[in-house]
Amino acid sequence: MMARHKILAAVVLLVTLHLAILFAGFVAPADPVVQNRDFPFAPPTRLHFVDLRGHLHLRPFVYQWTPRPDAFNEYEESRDREYPLQFFVSGAAYRVAGLVPSRVHLFGVDAPAQIFLAGTDSYGRDQFSRILSGGQISVAAGILATLISLVLGTLIGGVAGFWGKWIDESAMRFAELFMVLPWLYVLFGVRAFLPLHLSSVQTFLLLIAVIGTIGWARPARLIRGIVLSAKNQNYVAASRGFGASNVYLLRRHVLPQTYGVLLTQAALLVPQYVLAEVTLSFFGLGLSEPTPSWGGLLATLQQYNVLVSYWWMFAPAVALAVVSLGYLSVANAFHERLQSSSS
Amino acid sequence: MKYLFRRTVHGILLLIGASILCFLFSDLAPGSFFDEMKLNPQISSSTIAALRAQYGLDRPLPVRYGSWVRSAFRGEFGYSFAYNTSVRSLLVLRVRNTLFLTSLATILAWLIAVPLGVWIASHPGKWVDRICMGATSLLISLSELVLVLGLIYFAVRTHALPVGGMASTGFDRLSVLAKVWDLTAHLIVPAAALTLASLPILVRHVRACLVEILGTPFIESARAHGVGRARLLFRHALPAAANPLISLFGLSVGGLLSGSLLVEVITGWPGLGPLLLESSMSRDLYVVVGIVMASTVFMICGNLLADVMLVAVDPRLRADLRAE
Repeated sequence: MMARHKILAAVVLLVTLHLAILFAGFVAPADPVVQNRDFPFAPPTRLHFVDLRGHLHLRPFVYQWTPRPDAFNEYEESRDREYPLQFFVSGAAYRVAGLVPSRVHLFGVDAPAQIFLAGTDSYGRDQFSRILSGGQISVAAGILATLISLVLGTLIGGVAGFWGKWIDESAMRFAELFMVLPWLYVLFGVRAFLPLHLSSVQTFLLLIAVIGTIGWARPARLIRGIVLSAKNQNYVAASRGFGASNVYLLRRHVLPQTYGVLLTQAALLVPQYVLAEVTLSFFGLGLSEPTPSWGGLLATLQQYNVLVSYWWMFAPAVALAVVSLGYLSVANAFHERLQSSSS
Repeated sequence: MKYLFRRTVHGILLLIGASILCFLFSDLAPGSFFDEMKLNPQISSSTIAALRAQYGLDRPLPVRYGSWVRSAFRGEFGYSFAYNTSVRSLLVLRVRNTLFLTSLATILAWLIAVPLGVWIASHPGKWVDRICMGATSLLISLSELVLVLGLIYFAVRTHALPVGGMASTGFDRLSVLAKVWDLTAHLIVPAAALTLASLPILVRHVRACLVEILGTPFIESARAHGVGRARLLFRHALPAAANPLISLFGLSVGGLLSGSLLVEVITGWPGLGPLLLESSMSRDLYVVVGIVMASTVFMICGNLLADVMLVAVDPRLRADLRAE
């Protein structure tokens, strides 16, 4: 049995991450697409607490990076001026959750210094800001594709389980067909047949549709199993005897039994689909520059020299891993809850 | 025998269904390989139309499917637009390489997962169990993509292993022993990534199955009869847990194939993965269909193998089959 505080920790972590991603413009100190051509591949800015004279500062400060004159893409801190970390500073314009225009950022430093919590990429764009706004694409894709899969799965599984006979038979054969195809191969294959050059909104919607549609089979089979056992319960038969319609039975008695499995499936599918989006974008089949997405950010690692020289380019992978870990812990907790309640 | 025959027929039916599905998808899609040519002003539209006619792309879907099936029976599996050769000649070597990599990773993963899972299942809640469960959660959430990138980073940084491809340049001139060593060195990064990626789910399942079995009365009574710990775990408990584990083997083939696609592309292993990516980009229709079908065949074979093993291992199933 998973300890209660662990589940709570996972949920708090997930909520925090999602809020940070939703309000990326506010949390991020910089605009994700603004380039600083003077600072390509700058390492993460260090937060200092002790200055050169040995005084302790409660408010951390940073030094500005300056390119080393005798080297390529290497930087050193110019120690002549300290830039204390400020909160709720005014900076680049953005829209809160894509709606309300604002300029206030959670933290930042005075110009000309800049704060790069996760370093910069080849164009000197702030990686931390890019990870946050890339999450808006990647995580949203995962969640929306999961919704598509679950809605399709519930519809088909519910109908197949409830009405049975040839509908059930053909739906399950069809599901078997989808489950026997290795899903990543299919994803690539389907992507191959779709146009390559699309606007980013179109690509995004297309990706969600493809990822979500391919994954309908497993939830459908699970839902069908539950519906099948639920409709043979005595209270359902009794209710039918009182003249309840099929739709009423489904809505009132049968489908509520599937909620537990649906939640567990959702928590399992979201990280899988986030990963699917990341994989496609990583290979250049998803969203392309300048729109940041986690797969697109990781794609720079395909360049040998970037992979070897700039370890902070792995930062999007950390974000991906933390999100997956959070979802998987929650899925585990749901699963254990379901098992202990059924036995 | 009859059972095996039935399962095989079932698999073949699935394959036919999958191929129809592939062609349906391809028909839904706008555009084709020759669309890129339209951008080139030197190629007239009549040339493109002639090319399309030559490859039969202008004919309706059922006709195309029919000619593909005929070509599949001839062993060609269609024709590649980009390479101007039959799909089969493109796939043979690549299928071998992918099979080599994935079966090695499967064997390694099971060899590690079973003893490890049994061991931690016999210490539920102890620190080994906690560490292993933590490590498996971490491995699951890291995913193949990050794992393989991390391994490449490590290999390149330490200069311990070659990265990319399957053989060094000048491979042909090496002696047999050096060839084996070269291949092994190139194999380590992709195989390790694939093994590490498929390991956590296996360990978790082995552990879950074993924990359940270890709580049953027959284990209790065996223990009361003074059966030793190792014998109890591997001779009494493990065979009882064999059924779900074998089913898991059948199911895990799909995940392994998908993982191998990623690993192959990133490490440049000359398997199906890089070819699939390349033909996806250039919309080399029959190559894509061929690769998806090849992976489906692997998957169905994996499931068949699991079915056969189930019958071989479980006397109850054999009795059921005989009764039919």
